Amino acid sequence: MIAGTTQIHDSAPLHVSGQAQYCDDIALPANTLHGAFGMSPVAHGRITALDLSAVAAAPGVAAVAAAADIPGENNYGGAVHDDPIFAPELVQHVGQPVFAVAATSMRAARAAARLARIEVAPLPALLDIRAALAAQSFVLPSQSMRRGDPRAQLAAAPRHLSSTVVIGGQDHFYLEGQISAAIPQEDGAMLVHCSTQHPTEVQSIVAHALGLSSNQVIVQCRRMGGGFGGKESQAALIAAAAAVLARKAGRPVKLRLDRDADMVMTGKRHDFIADYEAGFDDTGRLLALAIMLASRCGYSADLSGPVNDRAMFHLDNAYYLEHVEIISHRCKTHTVSNTAFRGFGGPQGMMVIEAVLDDIARTLSLDPLDVRRANLYGTHSRNVTHYGQVLEANLLPDILDRLERSSEYRRRRGEIHRWNAGQPIVKRGLALTPVKFGISFTSTMFNQAGALVQVYTDGTVLLNHGGTEMGQGLHVKVAQVVATELGLPLSAIRITATDTSKVPNTSATAASAGSDLNGKAAQAAAITIRERLASVAAERFRVAPQEVRFAEGHVQAGTHRMPFAALARGAHEARVSLSATGYYRTPKIHWDKEAKRGRPFFYFAFGAAVAEEAVDTLTGETQLLRIDILHDVGASLNPAIDLGQIEGGFLQGVGWLTSEELYWNAAGQLDTHAPSTYKIPTVRDWPANARIEMLPATPNSEDAIFRSKAVGEPPLMLALSVFHAIRDACAACGPAGCLPNLPAPATPEAVLRVIDALHRRHAA
Amino acid sequence: MSAPNSDSRTLRFVLDGRVVCIDRPAPTMTILDYLREVAGRRGTKEGCAEGDCGACTVVVGELSKDRQRIDYRAVNSCIRFLPTLDGKELVTVESLQQPSGAAHPVQQSMIDHHASQCGFCTPGFVMSLFAMYLTHSQASREQVVEALAGNLCRCTGYRPIIEAGMRQGSYPSPGRWSREDAQSAERLESLARLAAERDAGAPLHYAGFEAPRTLDELSAVLLAQPDSVVLAGGTDVGLWVTKQLRELPALVYLGDVVELTVIEERRQELWIGAAVTLTDAWPALLREFPELEEQAARFASPPIRNSATLCGNLANGSPIGDSIPALIALDAQIELRRGSAVRRLHLENFYLGYQKKDLNKGEFMTGVAIPAAAQGRLIGSYKLAKRIDQDISAVCATFCVNVEGEQVLSARLAYGGMAGTACRARQAECALIEHGWTTAGIEASSAALAADFKPLSDLRAGSEYRLQAAGNLLRRFFLSHAKPPTPRALRTSDALRSLSQ
Repeated sequence: MIAGTTQIHDSAPLHVSGQAQYCDDIALPANTLHGAFGMSPVAHGRITALDLSAVAAAPGVAAVAAAADIPGENNYGGAVHDDPIFAPELVQHVGQPVFAVAATSMRAARAAARLARIEVAPLPALLDIRAALAAQSFVLPSQSMRRGDPRAQLAAAPRHLSSTVVIGGQDHFYLEGQISAAIPQEDGAMLVHCSTQHPTEVQSIVAHALGLSSNQVIVQCRRMGGGFGGKESQAALIAAAAAVLARKAGRPVKLRLDRDADMVMTGKRHDFIADYEAGFDDTGRLLALAIMLASRCGYSADLSGPVNDRAMFHLDNAYYLEHVEIISHRCKTHTVSNTAFRGFGGPQGMMVIEAVLDDIARTLSLDPLDVRRANLYGTHSRNVTHYGQVLEANLLPDILDRLERSSEYRRRRGEIHRWNAGQPIVKRGLALTPVKFGISFTSTMFNQAGALVQVYTDGTVLLNHGGTEMGQGLHVKVAQVVATELGLPLSAIRITATDTSKVPNTSATAASAGSDLNGKAAQAAAITIRERLASVAAERFRVAPQEVRFAEGHVQAGTHRMPFAALARGAHEARVSLSATGYYRTPKIHWDKEAKRGRPFFYFAFGAAVAEEAVDTLTGETQLLRIDILHDVGASLNPAIDLGQIEGGFLQGVGWLTSEELYWNAAGQLDTHAPSTYKIPTVRDWPANARIEMLPATPNSEDAIFRSKAVGEPPLMLALSVFHAIRDACAACGPAGCLPNLPAPATPEAVLRVIDALHRRHAA
Repeated sequence: MSAPNSDSRTLRFVLDGRVVCIDRPAPTMTILDYLREVAGRRGTKEGCAEGDCGACTVVVGELSKDRQRIDYRAVNSCIRFLPTLDGKELVTVESLQQPSGAAHPVQQSMIDHHASQCGFCTPGFVMSLFAMYLTHSQASREQVVEALAGNLCRCTGYRPIIEAGMRQGSYPSPGRWSREDAQSAERLESLARLAAERDAGAPLHYAGFEAPRTLDELSAVLLAQPDSVVLAGGTDVGLWVTKQLRELPALVYLGDVVELTVIEERRQELWIGAAVTLTDAWPALLREFPELEEQAARFASPPIRNSATLCGNLANGSPIGDSIPALIALDAQIELRRGSAVRRLHLENFYLGYQKKDLNKGEFMTGVAIPAAAQGRLIGSYKLAKRIDQDISAVCATFCVNVEGEQVLSARLAYGGMAGTACRARQAECALIEHGWTTAGIEASSAALAADFKPLSDLRAGSEYRLQAAGNLLRRFFLSHAKPPTPRALRTSDALRSLSQ
C-alpha cells in the first residue's frame, strides 16, 4: 500500500532544479501588463481629492482603475461584504488600496503609482486593542461561551489570581508574495492564475467584481510558494484588482505585490489580549475561570469571526474547565484586516490557558507540569469540552507520560534548579506543554470536498481535487490515496493545477483539513472507477467483481492477470467510462450556534513538547537548548511529509513567540514590512538538540482517510513549550512564587523588562 | 546582444559555458531582473528585493588575482547590478542540471532529505549549498548553518536542509559542476580569455556606468563627474533602486580597481582597501583582533558579505552599521582621496551627524587602516538584535581599554544604535578612567551612558532597553575579564554548548 509510506514531495525534483512554476513564472502573452497598487497614506480618513492624472500620464501606463472603475461589486470580503477592492471614499488603514495601475513593466507601474495625489481629511484612528475596547469598536458582535457557574465558583474558590496575557500577531511571510495574473478570454470571460488557498472564492469575487457569472471565470493554481492562511481570503483582493485592470486595459495583467506592499496591505495573525480571573485550590486544580478575550481584527471582518470562535473553542487546550466563562471581543482598529494564519485563533486561545496554569503553578510553588497534569482532560471522566463535545480517544495522558520519561523532564528539572541557584547571569528554564487541536472547519458547511479522477487508456491517471498545494504535500498524499485504491505505482498518478473548471464549489485549503477532505473525495472517485473496471474484468473472466484485485499496476481476476492499462483499454472498448468525480462530507459533526453546544470537530489531534531555554539576564537574549516533541498524526499517510509539517509548524510557532515582532508606529504605519525589519527564524534557530517523534501505532479512532490525522496546524502550538521555558527561566530571576508576566513575542527587550521587574521584586 | 570584443560598452560574462555579450545594459538592472525578464531563466526567485531572504541567490565565479583558479561565491542577485558581472562567470540553479537530466548532488541530497516544501526558497538554498559544495568536500553542521545564514525558509524548520547540506558531499561526483569541473582548464580559459581581452581594451564605460581599473582613472572620473554614485558591493545602493525606485546618476564601480582590492598587514597597521569584500576583510581583522569574532559571524549573511565591502559599510555611515563602532573603538583611520589629494581621518571624525560625513564632492574612500593590536589592551565586542543571524543591531558595541591593575589608562567605548551616528561614549569613558577597572568603575561608567546617549525608540528596540543593555554590555565586558570569567554570551558558553548538542 502506497498510502502510509514515505514518498518524496511530488514537486521536489522541480523545486531543486528551479523548474517548478509559480504564478510569476508562467509564460504570459507578450502584451501582458504589470500592475501595482496605490495605497492610503493615513490610518483613517476621508478622501477629499483623488487625482490620478499623473499616474495615467506616466511612462508605460496603460490603465488606471479606482473604485468607480469596478464594473460590478467593489468588495473582496468573503463572509461579510466590508472589504472594498479600492477604497471608495473612507480609508481605514495605512496601505489600504485606493487604486491600481497597469503598465508595461512592474517597475513602471510601481513608479507610476507613487505619482498619485491622494488628499485625505484625517479622522481619529484606533490603533490597538485597548483603544478599540475603550471605544467599544468592534467588527462583529461580541460572543460568549459559558459552562457551569463560573461566577459563583470563583467566589467560592479558596485561591484567586487575575492577570493579563498579551499575545502578539504574526506576518505569514510566505516566500512567494501575493500574485495573480488575469487574462481576458473570448466572450468577456476571464482566466485567472492566482496564488491562492481558495480558488473558488477568488472565482466568485472576480465574477462579482466584473459583473460576470461564475461560469465565466476560471481560476487556476498549480502551487503556492507558501500560504499558511495568508492566501485564504487575501488572494482575492489581488486577483480582483488584476481582473479589473485587465478588463479595463483589454490586456492580460499580472499583479505581484512586492514584499513591502504585501506586508503592509495584507492581513496577519490576530494579536490578542486576555484578562483572566481564576479560582483554584491548593493542588493547582482550576475551579473556575472567567476570561475576556479581545483581538485586533483590523478594519474589517474578514475571517475574524471564525478565528475568534476558534480561540474560544481552544481556550481549554488540553484541560477540563468545569466552570468557565469566555467573552470574546472582535475589535475594530484602523490597521490592516487580520486574517487566517495556521492555527486560526487556536494558538492564541491556548496561550491564554497555558499562562493561567503557569501562573497558578508559580503562585503555589508547584512544578507547572504537575499543575498541567492536575487539570488535564480525563479519558472517562472530566472529558467533555466547555462546548459539550465529548473528548473521545484522548491520547494526552499517554503522550505526556511518554514524553515526560523520554525527555527526562524530572531529572532535568532538578539539574536546572541547581544550575540556576549557582549561576547569576545565565538562567535556564524548562517547560512541557501539550496540544489538543480540533479538526474540522467550525462552520460545518465547509467540511466537504470534490475530486475528479480520469483514467486514460494507457493506464495513467490524471487527478484533480479541490485542495491547493502550498508546500504541505497535499498533492502527493492524495495521489498516494488514489494509487493505493487503483493498485498503481505513484508514478502513474499525475496531479495538475487546482482548477475551478474541473472541481467546482470547493472549500479553502485550510483548517488542516486538506488531506482529510480531498483524500476522501479522491478515494471515492478512485473506488468508483475501480469498481467499474472490476465489473469489466469480472464479466470478461467470469469471476465475482469482489474477487478482482488491483495491485502493483496489474489486475488479477481469478487466474487471469493483466496490466492495469490493458484493462483500462478493455473498459474503454466496452464503452465504460474511465472518469469519475468523488465527493466527501465529514460525518458526525454538528454545531448549534445559539446554544454554543455540539460537536464542531470530527476528531482531535494531540501532541506535546518539552523545551529547554537559556536566558541571558544582562541582555534578555534567549537560546533554545533542546526540544523534545511527541506528536500524534494517527496512521501517517506519509511520514516524511508529516515530519516536515511538525518541524516546520513548530519553528514557525517559535518565530511567532520569540523574534517575530510587528511594530506599528504612532501614525499607524507598520514599520516591520520586510525581512530586514521583521525577523522570522533562520537556520541557526533550529536547535541541534532536537528529538522529534511521531506517536507510534496510533491510528485515528475516526474513519479519516486511511486512519491518518491532520497535521497542518497542530504542531505550530508545540512552540508554546518554548515560550514557557523562557518564562520559567525568567521566573528563576525572582523570588519563589513570582509571576513573570512575559508578553509574546519574547524578544530580548521583553525578556529583559520582565527580568528587571523580578529583580526589583527580589531586591525589595 | 553581440558587439565587437573590445567594445567598452559591452558587458561580457560567462553563463553555462558561453560568453554572454550585452551592449550597454541598463546600469541598475539587477542580475535577477536580467535572469527572469531578459534571459527567461525563472528558477531564481524574488522574495524580498533587499538581499534578506536569499530566494534570489546565484553564484558568481571570479578569476583569482593570479588567474590560477576561480573563486565562486554566492551573492544576492536581487540587488546586484548586472554590469558588475563584467569578466565573471554566472551560475544559476538551471546551470546545475546534468546533461543526462540528472540532478546535481546538492539537488539530489535536498530531494532525498525532503528538504523542500513549497519550494520557493529552494533554488536559493541550492545555490548557497552549491557554493559551499565547491569549497567543502564534507561540511560540518556549523559550516552548513553558516553557509545558509542568508537563506530564509518558512516551511521546513530547516532540519532537513541542514542534513541535506551535511550529506551532499557523500554523493558521487557529478560530471558538470563537480569541484574539479569548477576549476577545469576550459572554465579557467574562458575567464582568462575575457580577462585578457579586458586587459587589452578599455574599461567598461558607457553613459551611466563607469568601471575604472586604476586609482588614477577612478579619481579622474569622480573629479569629472562628482555627482556620480560610488558603487562597491551595492548592497545598499541596490535598495535605492529596488525599494525607493530612485533613478540614479552615473554609477562608478570600484570593484575593478585592482589597487583597492588590497589587504596589507603593515608593521604598524592593517590596511584594507575600499573594494575588499567583507568576506575577505573579516578574516584579516580577526587575525589581528579575534575579539571581533561575534561581529564577523553575525554581520549580515554570506551572500551579502560576498558582495558588500568593509569600506562600503564605513562610507555608508549608517548609525547601525556594525563595523563602525568596532573600528572606532580600534581607532581606525580612513584614507580619502580627491583628485590626487589624499588625506587621512580618524574614523570617528568622519561622521558629523545623522547621514552627514566629512566627505567632499568627488572625494572617495580608498581604504581603512587599523592600528596593530597593542599589548595589554582588553577588547570586547557585542551585538544585540532580535535574531542571531542576519539581523540589524538594536545595540552594537566594541570596547577597547588599557588597564594596569585597577587603573584604566585609556578607554574607547564605541556604540552603534544609540545615536544618529555610531560614536564613542565620552562620558562613560571618563567615568571609567576616573573610577577604575572595578565593579564601581563599571557601574559609574554604565550610569554615565545616560549622559552620552538619548537613544531612539523604534521597531528594533525601545530607548530604555537600548540604554540599559548598553550598560549591561559594559558589565559583561568587565565580567568576562573577571576571575572566574562568566560566559561572554549564550552561544559562547561551553556549559550551554554541551547541552545544546
